[in-house]
Amino acid sequence: MNHATIECRGVRLQAGTRLLVDALELRVDAGSRWVVLGPNGAGKSTLLATLAGARRADGGAVLLDGRPIEQWDAQALAAQRALLPDGWLDPFSATVLDTVLTARYRLGGADEHGSRVAGEWLARFDCAALPPRDVRSLSRGERQRVAIATVLTQEAPLLLLDEPIAHQDPRHQALVVDELARLAGHTLVASLHDLNAAVRLATHALLLSGRGGWIAGPAEEVLNAEQLSALFDTRIDRLHTAPGVRFFAVRPPR
Amino acid sequence: MLALPPRRVLAALVLAALAGFALALAMGSVPGVLSALVDSSEDAASSAMVLWQLRLPRALSAFAAGGLLALAGSLLQALLRNPLADAYVLGVSGGAAVGALAALLAGAGLLGMQAGSALGAFVTLAALFLLARRAFFGRLHTAARVAEEASNGVLLTGVMLAAFSAALLSLLLALAPDAQMRSIMFWLLGDLAGATDLRAALAALVVLAALLAAAATQARPLNLLLRGDLQAFVQGVDVRRVRRRLVLVSALATATAVTLAGAVGFVGFVAPHLMRRLAGNDQRVLLPASVLAGGVLVLLADTVARTAMAPLQLPVGVLTALIGVPVFISLVRRL
Repeated sequence: MNHATIECRGVRLQAGTRLLVDALELRVDAGSRWVVLGPNGAGKSTLLATLAGARRADGGAVLLDGRPIEQWDAQALAAQRALLPDGWLDPFSATVLDTVLTARYRLGGADEHGSRVAGEWLARFDCAALPPRDVRSLSRGERQRVAIATVLTQEAPLLLLDEPIAHQDPRHQALVVDELARLAGHTLVASLHDLNAAVRLATHALLLSGRGGWIAGPAEEVLNAEQLSALFDTRIDRLHTAPGVRFFAVRPPR
Repeated sequence: MLALPPRRVLAALVLAALAGFALALAMGSVPGVLSALVDSSEDAASSAMVLWQLRLPRALSAFAAGGLLALAGSLLQALLRNPLADAYVLGVSGGAAVGALAALLAGAGLLGMQAGSALGAFVTLAALFLLARRAFFGRLHTAARVAEEASNGVLLTGVMLAAFSAALLSLLLALAPDAQMRSIMFWLLGDLAGATDLRAALAALVVLAALLAAAATQARPLNLLLRGDLQAFVQGVDVRRVRRRLVLVSALATATAVTLAGAVGFVGFVAPHLMRRLAGNDQRVLLPASVLAGGVLVLLADTVARTAMAPLQLPVGVLTALIGVPVFISLVRRL
């Protein structure tokens, strides 16, 4: 897969008149795994939609392969990046397999190879038994894993994932994080709320305060107890469970 | 979901259409007109006249009107992601009726009424998409919830436009002279009695074929659009361009259909639903299947309309509703 880098230059994000992110400078290199953390409403989903080219930045520029993202046409963009959104519409019933195969649109539609790719990703996310089921009969956790398999079936190198482990039970949470961390040939930008999942997944981290501020850098520098405590305005301690292992515990507020 | 193989559904529909045409040409107050097909003698001249100048144009018009309404209905249902959408519900047929009635009261003839109805249909659709343009052509809706609200907004706007048209209609009816009431009533209920021009019928069929072909080229992106604007865009669909094209196709289809047959209801609503149950929701199959089903439905309804109480002719719109409503309710109950 040819690898595009995505860059933010002075990007400002707003929700209405509320400033979420200001003057963001970010360079996501091929093969890195970025985790985006921040309180509810800090602009994580907005940032991911902006990086996907689905909404314009309210200031500054998003560059994909050095070219402003709004200059890319939809089909070419689909070959470079895929997005796991924070919700789905399933207005009509359809099988899980057909739903996953929508991701082959950019490749001219579903063919045998596409079905094989879809089947492999479904199996890796513990959905091997689901293909003939109706998507509307799935639990939210199952539907979310089907959505992740759909994103991967698009075979785009850059994956933008909005809370990929939402709705997952502990086993599947661990499975999804592990599978995402093992992806070869992909670049990842994922928003998460679970700090320990973030530590396991991230090579880099971006913290969004929701009031314009941000901190970006290698995970081991950014993901520390002081910065996370400040970010979430609550006490977060690092527990020393084993040498070299970072494990965070969140204390109740007050 | 139980979906039959697409080929079998389409083949069955083509057979049903052929059977419908045979029935429509054979049935009527003059018996045995089909003999004119093989008999070219002087005796058969009146039969040939009935066949070629009355029944064939009317049958073709009925099929074309049904197909056009079903095409518009299935496109609007897909674009709005709402099974309730069709030209009738969104007020387009009502707007066409207002235009036709206004033309009639202004003293225009049949041609003027047809122009008035086409204009009314277009003005209503233009108003709908202008009022709801932010929801329809604006930014991509990045949250599923927002997208759903936006399409509800379009639907609610349409329902309000339909109510407004209904009020305008009542106003015009109150002003209309008694002598014209009956022909107005028939037009409002959908009526094919005036459809005796073979060239107009063939032109409508050509329009139907062209619009179906245009819609079919967008069937694959439309399949993706069903799952949300954001999802479709991320997977490579130029959402706004597809929307613009399909809105234009459904506007042209509705305007042509109401010009041909008046405000026939329920076809645009029932035909796509029926086909979705039978053939699934792949627009590549659903669009042609809905067109065929809509055509057959109006063809059969019109045949019944002009024969059931002969020599009295019933408005075809009454029949499509009488057939459509029970069929639709039985479908909904099985959902």
